[in-house]
Amino acid sequence: MSDYNFAYLDEQTKRMIRRAILKGLAIPGYQVPFASREMPMPYGWGTGGVQVSAAVLTPEDTFKVIDQGADDTTNAVSIRRFFQKTAGIAVTEATSQASVIQTRHRIPEEELSADQILVYQVPIPEPLRFLEPSEVETRKMHALEEYGLMHVKLYEDISQHGDIATAYAYPVKVEGRYVMDPSPIPKFDNPKLEMAGIQLFGAGREQRIYAIPPYTQVVSLDFDDYPFHPSKADHACDLCGATDSYLDELIVDDAGGRMFMCSDTDYCTTRRKQGHIGAQGVPYHEDAA
Amino acid sequence: MTPLLQVENIAKFYGARIGCTDVSFDLYPGEVMGIVGESGSGKSTLLNCLAGHLTPDRGAVRFDTRTEGLRDTITMSEPERRMLGRTDWAFVHQHARDGLRMNVSAGGNVGERLMAVNARHYGDIRTKAIDWLGRVEITEDRIDDRPTAFSGGMQQRLQIARNLVTGPRLVFMDEPTGGLDVSVQARLLDLLRGLVREMNLSAIIVTHDLAVVRLLADRLMVMKDGHVIETGLTDQVLDDPQHAYTQLLVSSVLQV
Repeated sequence: MSDYNFAYLDEQTKRMIRRAILKGLAIPGYQVPFASREMPMPYGWGTGGVQVSAAVLTPEDTFKVIDQGADDTTNAVSIRRFFQKTAGIAVTEATSQASVIQTRHRIPEEELSADQILVYQVPIPEPLRFLEPSEVETRKMHALEEYGLMHVKLYEDISQHGDIATAYAYPVKVEGRYVMDPSPIPKFDNPKLEMAGIQLFGAGREQRIYAIPPYTQVVSLDFDDYPFHPSKADHACDLCGATDSYLDELIVDDAGGRMFMCSDTDYCTTRRKQGHIGAQGVPYHEDAA
Repeated sequence: MTPLLQVENIAKFYGARIGCTDVSFDLYPGEVMGIVGESGSGKSTLLNCLAGHLTPDRGAVRFDTRTEGLRDTITMSEPERRMLGRTDWAFVHQHARDGLRMNVSAGGNVGERLMAVNARHYGDIRTKAIDWLGRVEITEDRIDDRPTAFSGGMQQRLQIARNLVTGPRLVFMDEPTGGLDVSVQARLLDLLRGLVREMNLSAIIVTHDLAVVRLLADRLMVMKDGHVIETGLTDQVLDDPQHAYTQLLVSSVLQV
């Protein structure tokens, strides 16, 4: 453990990041520029989230990493291992036991409490980017609250697809002021953005940090005649039978066989441990996984 | 009657060079003013100063706002100026690509200004967009096509629809017919003339094409080297030019 400073980054860097986080919390939804560091992983793998996690972690923390809801994918495993190695902290897969959760593309199904921090990995923090390529212009639009353009994107969706087809990274307005990209979470998760925990968003390549403080109003943008609708696959989980969780669709053979399962692996496992069984599920065994 | 736009001693310098200087005029509601002159005479600089795209070094541009009467648009705050820019003002660029979002459908382009002033009902926005596309002779079945699929003349008409949908009172036009072939120009001018009369628009049209101002403008301002050298009623200036340069300009037009 003497090889690294606690949580990899040096103390000055962590201070700089904490300042950005505090500013972000003070101005909910506002993108705070920060001097993003080179991390020992490629951009796009969560360099922003890792830096934010490094800045908020303390030696007493219990850390959990999820990638698309799962604890056991390459990205999640390697980031978890990274902090085990560089910070020597406890790690867990159980949502309720973690004090800091770094996530990519999902919010855990289990409701977070006031003593938990959720850290998001963000690829493109600017919700207006694909319509307005100029950073100078988008900053001005944020400053002057000119958000008509965001609705142009939703308009285009309806005119092309008959409905708002944006299914992830669905733009939200935070506390009636800033329009924010909630990172590529499914729009199913948007209502959960109003939570008790602190939510921090880090974009490493784009060098931006933003935040949602606890119990902040987060409204998904929509039209009066096309209201926001958090959608999910119209199914129950085939492993645990849950009907209220976000599902992944899995192709299981080349004969059209498929199954739906919770994308939140911890949620699914917990339910199976409690004895819930889905249509294709088997009773839970400790060593079966 | 209060003028809609009152311009007083506007001057813009690019370093030591003169962009335009000592320009003053009043524009009254429903009036169309033409600004002509050769390339580099300061026409576009002047127009951009009036429309708030450039900050002039001297002078005042007072606009008759709906709520507070005449206000200097140069000293008003940027949010207010930008608000004017998407409600009471419209700006038609010479190149339609500068004024359109090329990766957004025609309907979205027209709807953007509506959504910018908080229209949040898809059906209403769509109906209005269809109505305005119809007014500029773009058929309803093209509403979901992108401007990239449109001809130059259609793009220019789309730009006009996009600008007029919020019912502006003052339209700035920078060479609206530039780069279009003559038959398309004629139709566009016809359309513009109809819209200007029908909506009782005030407009400032910058062009080097004297035929355009002959058709559209009530009054004319001739510029050379950043200075206004002659003003007057359009017919008066074109039929009886007083200044040597205006005489040259008028006599340079090819007679077919």
